[in-house]
Amino acid sequence: MKAREASEPPNEPNAFWRMPLFGFLSLCLILQDSGCSRGSAQRGLTVAGSTSIQPFADRWAEIYMKIHPGEVINVQGGGSSAGIQAAREGAADIGMSSRELKADEKDLSEVIVAWDGLAVIVHPENPVRELTIDRVRDIFAGKVRDWKDIGGKPGALTVVTREEGSGTRGAFQELVMKKSRISREAIVQDSNGTVREIVAHDPDSIGYISLGLVNDAIRSLILDGVKPDVETIKAGKYSLVRPFLFLIRGAPREKAGAFIDFVLSEDGQDLIQQEGLIPVSKGIGEP
Amino acid sequence: MTRLERSEKLIRLSLLIIAFSAVSVLAVITVFIFEQGTPVLFKYGFKNFLLGLDWYPGEKSFGLLPMIIGSLLVTLGALVVGVPLGLACAVTLTEFSSKRVRQVVKPMIELLAGIPSVVYGFIGVVILVPFIRRTLGGPGLSVLAASIILGIMILPTIISISMDSFTALPKTYREGSIALGATRWQTVRLVLFPAARSGIIASIILGMGRAVGETMAVIMIAGNAATIPRSLLAPVRTLTSNIALEMGYASGDHRQALFATGVILFIIIMILNTAANMTSRKRKG
Repeated sequence: MKAREASEPPNEPNAFWRMPLFGFLSLCLILQDSGCSRGSAQRGLTVAGSTSIQPFADRWAEIYMKIHPGEVINVQGGGSSAGIQAAREGAADIGMSSRELKADEKDLSEVIVAWDGLAVIVHPENPVRELTIDRVRDIFAGKVRDWKDIGGKPGALTVVTREEGSGTRGAFQELVMKKSRISREAIVQDSNGTVREIVAHDPDSIGYISLGLVNDAIRSLILDGVKPDVETIKAGKYSLVRPFLFLIRGAPREKAGAFIDFVLSEDGQDLIQQEGLIPVSKGIGEP
Repeated sequence: MTRLERSEKLIRLSLLIIAFSAVSVLAVITVFIFEQGTPVLFKYGFKNFLLGLDWYPGEKSFGLLPMIIGSLLVTLGALVVGVPLGLACAVTLTEFSSKRVRQVVKPMIELLAGIPSVVYGFIGVVILVPFIRRTLGGPGLSVLAASIILGIMILPTIISISMDSFTALPKTYREGSIALGATRWQTVRLVLFPAARSGIIASIILGMGRAVGETMAVIMIAGNAATIPRSLLAPVRTLTSNIALEMGYASGDHRQALFATGVILFIIIMILNTAANMTSRKRKG
């Protein structure tokens, strides 16, 4: 009996607790955090929200701070919903959202700061170059399961989508899926980057990402006969287009107003055009 | 009361407060999660959460069954991979190798525990997932990939705790068995394994705890489809991934539903913990 006693680690039930609990604890902290990313600098301007807009907001902030030494702009991620919430609660001066506001969120005033295209992407070696939007909807709804049914090499389709609540997914749902559901069996990734990574390595996969992030590792599909690029979007031909929004509660205060003016100025808009977004100043109609 | 006594009392009090602050964190977590998660559980029905198949938060359907099954499947898979490997390693190191080998290998295994999970996930994405896709088919991001990576991640836990329980056995067990004419393997199988059983079970339960709670690596390699996987090569989503994937964008009921996912996870961990306590109590009795 003595041997048995000796064989058990003295604090084993406690030790068991530690690992899952710590994971859990950190999860809770993150959950809390994402909800209310409070601005850290008191004098500075806090811009928080959509991770799709974040890299562009970073660029704007960088240049703006160069032009106006002494001004501090904090750009934070957290997601569209977190951005909306932060703008409402005043935790951020400006919220960023890559999806349209829901009816109960309309108390915020919104400024469209750029347009972004959504590209449907496949592996570069995939022989399929063109699809109709209806076909794309069937694919993501799980109705088409094999590439041979849509003119590709036989092989089960690997559909890659974004997580529920993502601005990109919301836009895709609205623009492509309409009333249909995205299949439960689709692989879910939590960023444009990982979707691109999977599609770049899996010859049978199909996904969708922000047009600004399309590169040589993948190929964007021609949809309904229109190639997705800045020209076709400006001409109003390519239909998968969503607005990038800045959100403010009430009237913009001095500093937030100045930053938004810069963002909408020719310089600000040129900056994001270089990065692959479509400027608002060039005026495309409501897509 | 002398000054010394007073300071003694003060120190005791402050130590007590510090000690309880650690416990109070647990209380805070419990209260917080249940407070945030239970309203939505009642609003949409406990049954719909536990048995619902559809996770479409946008349409207010919050079925967690695929994720519950996903968590259990991936954990089971991790045990299938990790337990035989870990136990074989522990037995080899304690019973069939020299002290020098042990001194080199054991720290290396413990080092394995220090590798951040995102690194395991990265290795999974870069090496394992493409390998599975090429050789076995499917998207590669799968139950199988998650099981293998998690199986490796729980190895250090299983190996070091079961090794400890083997080395803690008195020498007389081995000597007695050998003296009766048993071979080394017979000794391990018939004497040492039964004697160290409680420690081995503890190591497995601890490993299981790690597998259930792991998030980052699983998100990277499991594919995260919110559906009950049809095969080992199909993607799967666990409860922890469900929370971590969607928390950034969730608001309103969706956000609450993620806390409800936390409640379910909490209950599962509680059940595992109770099981662990029960096996340890049985041992003493």
